[in-house]
This record gives sequence, C-alpha cells and structure tokens, in this order.
Amino acid sequence: MSNVSEDNTSHHVNHNVDFEKVEQSEQFKNFMQNKKKFILPYTIFFLIFYFLLPILTSYTTFLNTPAIGDISWVWLFAFAQFVMTWVLCTIYVKKAASFDDQANQIIEDQIQDGGKAS
Amino acid sequence: MSPTVIVLFLAIVSLTLVITYWASKQTQTTGDFYTAGGGLTGFQNGLAISGDYLSAASFLGIAGSIALYGFDGFFYSIGFLIAYLVVLFLVAEPLRNLGKYTIADMLNARFDAKKVRGAAALSTITISIFYMIAQLVGAGALIQLLFDIPYTVAVLIVGVMMTIYVLFGGMIATSWVQIVKAVLLMAGMLIISFLVLWHFNFNIGAMFSEVKTATSHGADYLNPGLQYTEPLGTISLMLALVLGTAGLPHILMRFFTVKDAKTARKSVVTATWIIGVFYVLTLFLGFGAAIFVGDATIVEANPGGNMAAPLLAEALGGEFLFAFIAAVAFATILAVVAGLVLSGASAFAHDLYGQIIKKGTASDRQQMLAARYAAFAVSVLAIVLSLFAQYLNVAFLVSLAFCIAASANLPVILYTVYWKRFNTTGAVTAILTGLFTALILVSMSPSVFSPVEGEALFVGEPIFPLTNPALVSVPLGFLGGYLGTIFSGQTDVKRYAEVKIKANTGYRGTGS
Repeated sequence: MSNVSEDNTSHHVNHNVDFEKVEQSEQFKNFMQNKKKFILPYTIFFLIFYFLLPILTSYTTFLNTPAIGDISWVWLFAFAQFVMTWVLCTIYVKKAASFDDQANQIIEDQIQDGGKAS
Repeated sequence: MSPTVIVLFLAIVSLTLVITYWASKQTQTTGDFYTAGGGLTGFQNGLAISGDYLSAASFLGIAGSIALYGFDGFFYSIGFLIAYLVVLFLVAEPLRNLGKYTIADMLNARFDAKKVRGAAALSTITISIFYMIAQLVGAGALIQLLFDIPYTVAVLIVGVMMTIYVLFGGMIATSWVQIVKAVLLMAGMLIISFLVLWHFNFNIGAMFSEVKTATSHGADYLNPGLQYTEPLGTISLMLALVLGTAGLPHILMRFFTVKDAKTARKSVVTATWIIGVFYVLTLFLGFGAAIFVGDATIVEANPGGNMAAPLLAEALGGEFLFAFIAAVAFATILAVVAGLVLSGASAFAHDLYGQIIKKGTASDRQQMLAARYAAFAVSVLAIVLSLFAQYLNVAFLVSLAFCIAASANLPVILYTVYWKRFNTTGAVTAILTGLFTALILVSMSPSVFSPVEGEALFVGEPIFPLTNPALVSVPLGFLGGYLGTIFSGQTDVKRYAEVKIKANTGYRGTGS
C-alpha cells in the first residue's frame, strides 16, 4: 500500500490514537452533525425528484401535454433531472471544501496532539 | 459490408490500441498496477470513470432503446446519470478515505472475518459476469453486422479475442484505455449528434415534430409507456439504475486508486459532467436513428435494437463514419471487458484463492496463475451465457448487473460506513441475501421464461412478474443485513469509532 505514505495527513503516524474518545468529542460530533444536516436533506430531495418521474409517468398522463411546440412536459421534467444533477454536483463540491477544513482541524486538534495524551 | 469498411474498422481498432499502449507507456512511473492510478489527476480520473461507465450498453443499448421506444429508452439515460449523485453524496469520499483497493478490502477495514471477504468476492465475480454478458452481446451484434457472419460465430470470435487480450496484455489495460476511449466515444457522439441536428437546422423542436410522424408508433412515440406498461416494473428498473452504480466494483475501484478524497470528489464531478452531456446526446442518436434509419431496419439488423447507432452513422456519414463508430464501439467493449475480467479475476485470485483457500500463504506466482485461470473461467462462462442473450437489449442486460450491485453491494457498503451496530454476520447476510434474491428472481423472470417461443431462454409462464427485480431484492439486501446483525448480537464499537473517524476525516494513521 505505497500510496498511504503519499497522503498528507499520515506523516504524523500516531500509534496511540483513542478513536472512541475522538468520536465522543464535541468537535467531532458537531462535524458529523453538520455533514448530516447537509447530506441527508439533499439526498432525500434528489431521490424524490428522481422517483417522481417514473411514478408520474406510470400512474398519470398529465405530463404528456405539450409544453413547447411538440415537446411535452415529461421531456422538460427529464431535462430538469440533468440540470438538477449538475447543480447539486456544484453545490456539493463547494460545501465539501468546508468539510475538509473541519476534518483537518479535528485531525490537528485531537489526533496529532490531543490524542497523544490518552 | 464492403471491404473498405472492414479495412477502416480494423485500422481504427488497431490505432486505438496503439495509442492506448503508447499513452500507458508514457505515464508508467512505477511498476505497480494499482498505484499507477494514484498518479492521475482528478480530471484524468474523471475521464477514466466515464470510460468505464460509458460501455457498449450506454452507447449501443440506449441509442437503440430510444430509437425503438422513444421516451422509455431515455429512462436509462436519466437513471444512469442520477446514480452519480448517490455515488458523490454517499459513497465516494468515505470509500476513498478508507483507502483500500477492492470492496472486500474496504469491508476488511471493519471486519476481519474471511467469510465477509469471500461473500464480497462472490458478488464481485457475479456482477462482472453479468456486465460482461451485456458487452459481449453488443460486440457480437457489431461483428455480425460488419462481417456478415452468424451471431454465434461472432460472439465466439469476440470472446476468444478478448480472453487473449486480457490474458496476455491485461495489465496494460490500465486507466489509459478508458481515457483514450472516453475521448473517442465523445467525439463520435458529438459528430453524429451534430449531423442529426444539422438536418433540422439546430431546431430541437423541429426534430421532435419530425420524430412524431417518423415511426410506426405515431405521437405515442414521444410519450412514456411504449415499452414499460407495468408501473412497478418501471419503478423497479429505475431503482436498480440509480442505486447500482454505487455498488459496481470496477467503478468503485477508481476511487481507491486516486491520491486523496479531494481528487476522488473532483473525478466524480468531471465524470458527472461528461456522462451528463453524453446522455443528452443519446437522445439525438436515438431520434436520429428512428428518423433516418427507421425501426424496421434497426430491428432487422438486431432484434434488441443494439445496432441503431452504427446504422445511423452509416446513414448520415457513409462508410467512413460507420467504420469509425463501429471501431470506437468495439474498442469501448474491449476496454470495458478487460476491466471486468480483471476485477472478477482479482477478486478470485486475491480474495478467494489467496486469502481463503491458501490462507494468505500463496506466493505471487501462484496468485498470478490463479488470476489467469480465473480470467479464463470468467470469460468462458460469460461467452456461453451471452450466446443465449442475443435478442436482449444490452442496456437491459446491464440493468440486471446494476440490480445485483444495488442488492448485494450497496447495503453492505452503506451499513459499514454509517451503522454503528453492524457486524460480521450482518455483512455476510447482507451480501448473500441481496445476491441470491436478485439471481433467483431474475431466473424466474420474464427475461428467462416467456410463453412465446424464442423470446426468452425457456418457454413457460414467468413465476416472477418484474424483468428487473430491484424493487424486491434491494430492500431484502438491506433487511438481510439488518436481521443478521440483530440476531447475532456481537458488535465492535471501538472498531467502528476508528472506521467512522477515518471515513469522515481522511485520517490514515493506525489506532491503539
């Protein structure tokens, strides 16, 4: 596993990290809470938006009415799925950068220094 | 087909392979197969993911499905795309942070038991075989059309060629095959789409109006419900498509070989953009084939509709474009199959043979030999099965592989990363329940049993009504893992704390 050593967080290998203590810490709990608050609602949203398409086309026909010329609403809904994917991708990347900072802070505060004390 | 087409086809296929070989030589910094991927940038890795993903199914199968069934074919494009949000939001970063090479290795971060490794290897091999069947059916149809030989002979030729390629050149088939292929495939798609749109003066509305009268379905062609008349069947298919990607071994492997989680994330985003554009283009190919080739000709060339894209290329751009598209499709299939055989064979050699049968004492030479035998066995099995799948659409065949991935691998991955109580027994029951329910339900489904002779493998009433069983098998996979965990009782909270912290922060050191 030679690539482990390339990882910038693993230069300070510490053999006495108390992972349970880190897990219980306010800092880590906060971090997980933040992540959950972001990931869960978005995941629920895109899954509902996605399954709405086959559910509506299977049980109703109102999406078959024309919207723009011969293009009906069902096609616009289908294209909206593409737009949603690209938008959520962009949002995720922006948000993930702040998660990276929090994660690095935890490693710095608790694993490389604080964890050693235990 | 004329000799010109055949010569052009062979020339382009060889050229692709030469470029690939050259590119892989240029970048090989270490002899290590796995870390070679670690040197890729996010963008390059994103291209490689797209290359892995945009297989014959996406290209040949979806274009054919849209050409024959209109909107219902486009369901595949939507499902295959949204699947990337599941990957990005739920699995890419935790998996990358746990920093292993196979799904079995990842599960090993939490569970030591050999039986977990064995179960994961078994599902990896099964998924690889199903995915390969789809590729071989596509390649067989292509060679049949090009050289005008019977399908059986075509599949055998393709199968033997691929086996030889993997056995003797498999290790060269690294990420660069996928990158070169992804670029060529996108180029081909853009050229055809451009030609189609050109006919309509780049007026998409005019294309919709034209396609409304071009097919035998009339205005119904633009409405959902031509192919999927069963509501639960449609939803089941969509479930398999959206959850399957997050459990596909050869896609997940791409996250294990990049430098860090940030690169993994960047590559998913690149892949999502490329794949998104690609799937929008499938619409122009499908409509184009319906208008300029016609459904009668498409079905005549291949009952599954798999030849719609190459035939459209011929109709619009003559022999040269046809040869180019056929060659790119063929190179695509070759590359994907190589990756699949390798992932199946390494699951066998590394996980089953090396760790379980030989209990970690196998030498490198023995493992290499086992990998070759396994690659051979996996290929033969896939070739034999694909002889029976001639009439099926390849996008549909891939959806079965996705169903198995979603049922057997996704529950165990999510539980491992997110559920504190999850344990060894739960991991084994999750994989096996998902794997076997998916397999058993497919074997009782309308794709295997049909009352009309020649439409499926056997004549008879299907016992299970859904062609894609994801709606039943995915929840059962989750339930299997839950019940296995609850009833066995044992849990390792300490180990989970370590996995949780590593998966979420990317910390890579060792614990106490």
